[in-house]
Order: sequence, then C-alpha cells, then structure tokens
Amino acid sequence: MDAGVSPGFRTRRESPGQTPVHTLTLKALSDGLAAGAFSSVEATSLFLKRIKALGPKYNCFVALDEERSLAQAREADRARVAGRAGALTGVPIAHKDIFCAKGWLSSCGSKMLSNFVSPYDAHVVEKLIDAGAVTLGKTNMDEFAMGSSNETSWYGPVRNPWDTQTVPGGSSGGSAAAVAARLAPGATGTDTGGSIRQPAALSGICGLKPTYGVVSRYGMIAFASSLDQAGPMARSAEDMGLMLNAMAGFDARDSTSLERPAEDYGRDLGKDLSGLRIGLPSEFFADGVAPDVAKAVEAAIAQYKALGCETVEVTLPNMRLSVPVYYVLAPAEASSNLARFDGVRYGYRTPKYRDLDEMYEKTRAEGFGAEVKRRILIGTYVLSHGYYDAYYIRAQKLRRLIAQDFASAFAKCDVIMGPTSPTTAFRLGEKAADPVRMYLSDIYTIAVNLAGLPGLSIPCGLDGKGLPVGLQIIGDYFREAQMLNVAHRYQLATDWHLRAPPDIDA
Amino acid sequence: MIPYAAPVFNSDTSPFMALTREDVLRAARLARIRVDDAEADAVLEQLVRIFGMIEEMQAVDVTGVEPMAHAQDLTLRLRDDVVTEADQRALFQSVAPRVERGLYLVPKVIE
Repeated sequence: MDAGVSPGFRTRRESPGQTPVHTLTLKALSDGLAAGAFSSVEATSLFLKRIKALGPKYNCFVALDEERSLAQAREADRARVAGRAGALTGVPIAHKDIFCAKGWLSSCGSKMLSNFVSPYDAHVVEKLIDAGAVTLGKTNMDEFAMGSSNETSWYGPVRNPWDTQTVPGGSSGGSAAAVAARLAPGATGTDTGGSIRQPAALSGICGLKPTYGVVSRYGMIAFASSLDQAGPMARSAEDMGLMLNAMAGFDARDSTSLERPAEDYGRDLGKDLSGLRIGLPSEFFADGVAPDVAKAVEAAIAQYKALGCETVEVTLPNMRLSVPVYYVLAPAEASSNLARFDGVRYGYRTPKYRDLDEMYEKTRAEGFGAEVKRRILIGTYVLSHGYYDAYYIRAQKLRRLIAQDFASAFAKCDVIMGPTSPTTAFRLGEKAADPVRMYLSDIYTIAVNLAGLPGLSIPCGLDGKGLPVGLQIIGDYFREAQMLNVAHRYQLATDWHLRAPPDIDA
Repeated sequence: MIPYAAPVFNSDTSPFMALTREDVLRAARLARIRVDDAEADAVLEQLVRIFGMIEEMQAVDVTGVEPMAHAQDLTLRLRDDVVTEADQRALFQSVAPRVERGLYLVPKVIE
C-alpha cells in the first residue's frame, strides 16, 4: 500500500476484527445493509473515500459525483426504513462509461464524447437505480470499447491492481480494476468480443456476458450492435446473479431485446454438479496458451471432476476463424454506428472549419483515437462496393459455421470450459504497436459473441508472476442460472475468487 | 508471446487484394475522417497487417452456407402507431455544440 493511505476504512459500528466493508462481497454487503450493520451512506462514503485515495493509482474512474451518489444512498436508507428494500438497495455499483447515465459524464473513453453529459439513463442504469443501487461513478474503458488492454482510452491507460506495470485487460478495464482493488463491490461491463471476460480474467475477478438479447442495449453507446451485450462484473458468481437479476429484462426500446419471462439467476445456486458434462474443446488447449494458464485451467477441471463432473472432448473446428470474422463484422457495424458522431448534435466539434465536409472530417479526425479510426476505415472498406461479398457476406457465412460448431458441441455436453485468455496480464505497451497481436488476445472469447452464447470468467489460479488466470465457462443459450451455479460450486470448494492483489486487503 | 501465428500476407497469392494508399484515402473520404498524407502510410501499414490476418477467411469453402446476421432468429416487433415520445428538444439540444432558436447550426451547405 502506498504511504499515506490507511489500510482499510472501518465503519463506526464495526468492532475491531470485523471485516472491513470494502472487502465484503456484494452479497455480504447487501446482508450487512439488511442487518443494519452499516447504512448505505456509510458504505457509499467509504467506497468514495477509497476511490479518491486509490483510484488515481489505477486510473480506473473517469467521473465521480459524490453529492449525487450520496443523495441516492440517503434515498436508499430511507427506502429501507420504509420497508421497501431489495437485495441491491443501497449497494454502490460503478458503471462502465459506455452507459449513458442522466447528469453524468458519458464519454465512452473518447475525446469525441468528453464533454457529453447524458440527458437520459441507459436501461441498465435505470434498472439498477429502480433496484435501489447507488451509482458510484463511471469507470475508464478502451475508446468506444475497442481494445483489449484499456490503453486506447482518451483518459489514459488503466493499471492492473495486481501489478501496475501490466494492463487490466479491456475494454471494461476500469470496471475490472475497480472491483479488483475493492473500490466497488460490483460494476457493469459490456462485451462485444470478450470485453467483460478478458479483463475479469486478467484482473482476477468474475465477469459474465449473458446470452445476446437478455440485457437491453438502450443507452449503451453502440459499437457492434449484433454482438454488444452488457453484464455484471463482481467478486463471486453469487454476486453476479444478484446484479444480473436487476440488469436483465425486456425493453421495447432495444429492437433485439428478448421477450422472456423474468428469471431468478440465483435459483440454481447450490445444486449438485454430479453428472454435469464438461466439454473440453481441443482448440482451447492447443499451442499458444501460456503453460501457467493451461496448468491452472487443468487444475480447475480436476476440481470439477472431484465435484462429480464428467469431461467430454468436443471440437470447435471453425473457432480459429473467429478473430478474422470478428475483425470484418465488428468494424463494419462500428463504421455504421459511429457515423452519428459528426459534431452536430452532441459531443466534440472541431474549432475551425470552412465548410460542412471539413467540419465532419476534422471533427472525426480529432475526436477519434487511432484504434477507433482504424476500425472505422476497415469497416468502411469491407462494406464498400466490390468488397462486400468477399468480406462482409463471407464473414457472416463463417459466423454461422462458428455458431453451428457450438450447437454440435452442446449436443454432447452441458457447459464448455477452457481458458478465458491465452496469457495473464501483459505489460503496458507490450502489444500497443501491433494491432494483430492485440486482437489475438481475444482468441478464446470472440466466438462466443459471434454465436450469441452466454460466457463467464472466474479466477482459477495465479501464474508464476502472481498474476491471475481466468477459467472460462460457456453455456448454451439462456443457461446463465446453470452456469452461475457451476461457477458457484467451484467457489465453494476453492478460494481463488477471494484472493486480492498484493497490496489490497482480501 | 504470440498466442497464435497470423498468416503472412502475400499479395501474389491472395485472390483479393493488395491494399493501396488510394484505398485508404478512399475509405477515409467515405468515412469522413481526414487522413493526411503523412498519416496515410502508417495507416496503410497497419491495415495491410490486419487484412493479412483477415485473408485467412478466404481459405474456407462457404458454398451453400446462409449468412448469419444475428445471434437470435428474431422477427422485428411492431408497435402501436401512437405517440410515445415526449417533447424533450430543449434538453437534448442542451448538449449540442451550436444551437439557435431550436435549430442545430452547421456551415452553410447551399450557396
């Protein structure tokens, strides 16, 4: 811990020896609030104090509004007194800055939106506020969610609390670092090609990308609309279930929101895993995965066998094409979605221009960073005349083959397991100059988005340098409750998810 | 470590492309992003590498495969033809770069 930062704040009513509030899981925090051990105002103030002390070290927050957060906390405390409290009432939760939140900076990590204070709430934000959660602040992210290291943010890179010389992963790197450093008990994230799962793995926390369509995209700044999906990032499977219960649900304002009955995503927690068939795709354990990562994942699978699970070999032969396919489809959709940033209705406008075209071109050249511009150019190119069939349509056909691989695999197994990322956290700058190397760090996560399946990552070990390894669990469509139980049973038997970065209290 | 080796881009054997500087400048114009001459070469170099990786797609036979646009087979919903939006013009325009009398201001487009 840095000099001058006291190790852990305790709330007044706690006796020494009791667990400091910031180390509690979201579930334990919720229980503490329900039992009256501390109020939401106390818990929220404590997290805000920690964010002010430690946040700059990791650069994981881009906006705080203490008055607004504390007003929500007071409201939550009043609701509790009035007998109107649910599981998330008074629980502080940070939002990835991709979510529009009324009255908050909503920048998407970009200079283009660095002056944008949203006039409305995203559906996810609205739902969490309705559930009584307190908005703790906005977290840093790769610009427009385009990145795997959180180095493309206009606000600068986020640093991994496990080793500040390494990246936290991306694009939800600020949310991952905030949860890892115990600056928030939970945070929202979004995942287009692995942006929840990969940072969760690299930062030693849990993250879930639900089935496409389960969480509304309304008010979530669009990157690749057929792939984008929001989900929870927290410290345990149980915590993710509590958050997803509030985040999921039909919303008419998102044309691809699914009309399904409400679910309790925690309903399967505790169920026995005997006989569960775990599919192990040979492609996940081929050359290219770091030995320490393979070892930790294999140990996790051995743990599952001890819990009564069986393993089945499966293959995903087209998975190797998921990165090329993704880098056609996602930029194509992005080039269309990001056309709206033109300096007319909101956001940045270049100060000097002679005509409308020059205003557009300079606004976009100055407002977007290099990676975002690169992807818009790729997308524009693959959609242009003469290349549309060779790239875009071909990529869509391969997308179907990739989805069919999963359908064949799920005929033989209940869940699929493998590493979330081929490596643990890499060093800042290590891959920044080589986009292709950076893109390949999502080799194990992208196929899940292309198929629209749910996937999660939980901590399952540390490498030789003490950096966390993530276990990826992929389920069939709408199997989130089952997947959360699969993760939960592992967390009852092991303590990897309770480990904290070296200078953070566990 | 490089977890997975990207194929080497070879414009001689690729049936589709050898991306040029002109392609970059054309895409930039279409996307309304100013890319100046000095930048164009650096952007080209990166895009050539990325398309080298993308070219791997061309090796697979996709005859008879239906393109997949979306993760779920959805039919788009229709809503009742009624007004659902309240007038929030002033609120929405409060975040615009330049507004006058309820109108967004842009440079003159008709002489």
